Amino acid sequence: MPSDAILCRGLKKYYADVKAVDGLDLSVGAGECFGLLGPNGAGKTTTIEILEGLTPSDSGEVEILGMTWRRDERALRERIGISLQETQLAEKLTVLETLRLFRSFYRNGHDPDELLRDLSLDEKRDARVGKLSGGQRQRLAAACALVGDPDILFLDEPTTGLDPQSRLQLWDVVQRFRQKGGTVLLTTHYMEEAERLCDRVAIIDHGHLIALGTPAELIRKLEAPHIIEFTTEPPLPEDIWKKLPGCHGMTAKNGSWMLRVDSLADSVPKLLATIDEQRSKLVTLSTHAATLEDLFVSLTGRDLRDA
Amino acid sequence: MPSKVRPPLIELTSVRTKEFLRETEAVFWVFGFPLILALALGFAFRDKPPDRVPVAIIEGPAAPQQLAALSKSPALIPRVMKEADAREALRHGKVSVVIAGDAKGVVYRFDPTRPEARVARQDADDALQRARGRRDVVPAREEHVREQGARYIDFLLPGLLGMNLMGTGMWGMGFTIANARMKKLLKRLVATPMRKSDYLLAQFLSRLLFLIVETTVVVAFGWLVFGVRVNGSILLLTLTCIVGGYAFSGIGLLTVSRAKTLEAVSGMMNLIMVPMWICSGIFFSYERFPDAVKPVIRALPLTLLNDALRMVMNDAAGLVEVAPRLLALAVWGVVSFLIGLKIFRWQ
Repeated sequence: MPSDAILCRGLKKYYADVKAVDGLDLSVGAGECFGLLGPNGAGKTTTIEILEGLTPSDSGEVEILGMTWRRDERALRERIGISLQETQLAEKLTVLETLRLFRSFYRNGHDPDELLRDLSLDEKRDARVGKLSGGQRQRLAAACALVGDPDILFLDEPTTGLDPQSRLQLWDVVQRFRQKGGTVLLTTHYMEEAERLCDRVAIIDHGHLIALGTPAELIRKLEAPHIIEFTTEPPLPEDIWKKLPGCHGMTAKNGSWMLRVDSLADSVPKLLATIDEQRSKLVTLSTHAATLEDLFVSLTGRDLRDA
Repeated sequence: MPSKVRPPLIELTSVRTKEFLRETEAVFWVFGFPLILALALGFAFRDKPPDRVPVAIIEGPAAPQQLAALSKSPALIPRVMKEADAREALRHGKVSVVIAGDAKGVVYRFDPTRPEARVARQDADDALQRARGRRDVVPAREEHVREQGARYIDFLLPGLLGMNLMGTGMWGMGFTIANARMKKLLKRLVATPMRKSDYLLAQFLSRLLFLIVETTVVVAFGWLVFGVRVNGSILLLTLTCIVGGYAFSGIGLLTVSRAKTLEAVSGMMNLIMVPMWICSGIFFSYERFPDAVKPVIRALPLTLLNDALRMVMNDAAGLVEVAPRLLALAVWGVVSFLIGLKIFRWQ
């Protein structure tokens, strides 16, 4: 069994008005890609910044590569690479100047020019940072995180606000880092990103861990692989759907119902019949295979993108 | 071919310097603004020969003779006028004295509360009396005082230099650091193995370059355009500027050590700088303030710097005379820097 690259126990961080992290235990194995998933304000950023040694926790222990921030800060900084959620790199500097600056901080690392080629930024090497697109900036931020040849990469919402193509490019960067044996901890509120990149995912809400496992395991936890989402006029009460055969649970969302079912072929006709019996009318109906998003909704009753 | 990795301190300093030079507005405020100010003020208060005062001679038989006599005076512009016109010109201040009279005597009409009118009357009288044969009993000779170092521009230029060193020292530190903190760049930097002291040291090192350029530009400008000379040693002037510049960098660091927004920085900068703009003798001597507050004013960093600059530039003071002020400035800088470092907010 590989040793833990990242380990934390009983992590707590309370601010005056909110319990940002409220007793979190996590362990990430070496070479693993681990995702912290949750809506805005769930405590993802606070958690990752405690692990990065940038925010002190109120209580709890953190071990990175078997070291602690208190004792081994400098040694640890040499071995991890970080991309913060909202860093704006100096706009008046060029891409290469920025990367050279970051390279100078590390004893060992990659050649900035080579790294820019790897990240398809070599055409922009002499462009000012202020003139880059959002995707290019995020790749430069990733380059700054990678330039010290880290063992662990911490990425806080690396693709938020990016267009699909830029997102794919960044995923590619993460996957290549992993192929070389690197460990990744990333936060995201994109389920698709977690499903694509992560070996394991922790879903957190209000500073608590509410689910942990591989994306496939977590989806299986829903006990039902299909989701039916519908609205009726007039709306019908919860009790009626509970009796529906093959239904494992439901959630109300913005006036519509989401049922988790074993089989669409069995459940959809029964659903329609029930609506008829109740003298109600079907207004909208859609179905899809269950995702992490559905798990989150079923666990919290809220949408991931709700603030 | 892999590019060479330079030490972080050199990278940080070079990056900071490039950033500054690419900020067009900053370059203007540091180098252009003090020159424009010096130019404007220098011309407004430039040295002129004394104005010649216009006087009127009333038409009459004696007028041509009087005109000839008064024309020889270097201080007067005599004109012959009709009596009514002359009175009106006097009323409007177009002439200062109206001269009437004939062979028997002269009448001077003027407003005795106006000094230039009294002087003109005296000059006119001298000229007329001499023309009629008066001889001076005691021989007299004039010595004109136009000492270099005593003009307004000689006083002003060191003050502007001091003001500029304060402004660029404080803003040079303040703006960059506050901006980097706001954009979370500081936080990103401390997430690397970078030494925090390297970052701050780089700010100081890149300042040194601008400090020297800035001082040279202002001093050379004063010398070329207004003939303001450095009477003391250039080396001592450079030392004074460096000590002063760094004192304000230290104060600047303290000012921004915790501020989270540029507005907060701007407010605090003004709170610190405006009183010194007024009190520290940039445009006029602080000797005009009441005696009770003078010890406080003398202890302000900008006063210390301006006094030291004037001592070196105008009075050719040596190191021994300037040393107490330089030491006091250094104390300001070092103490501010240490407190600033202690309470510095990296994120």
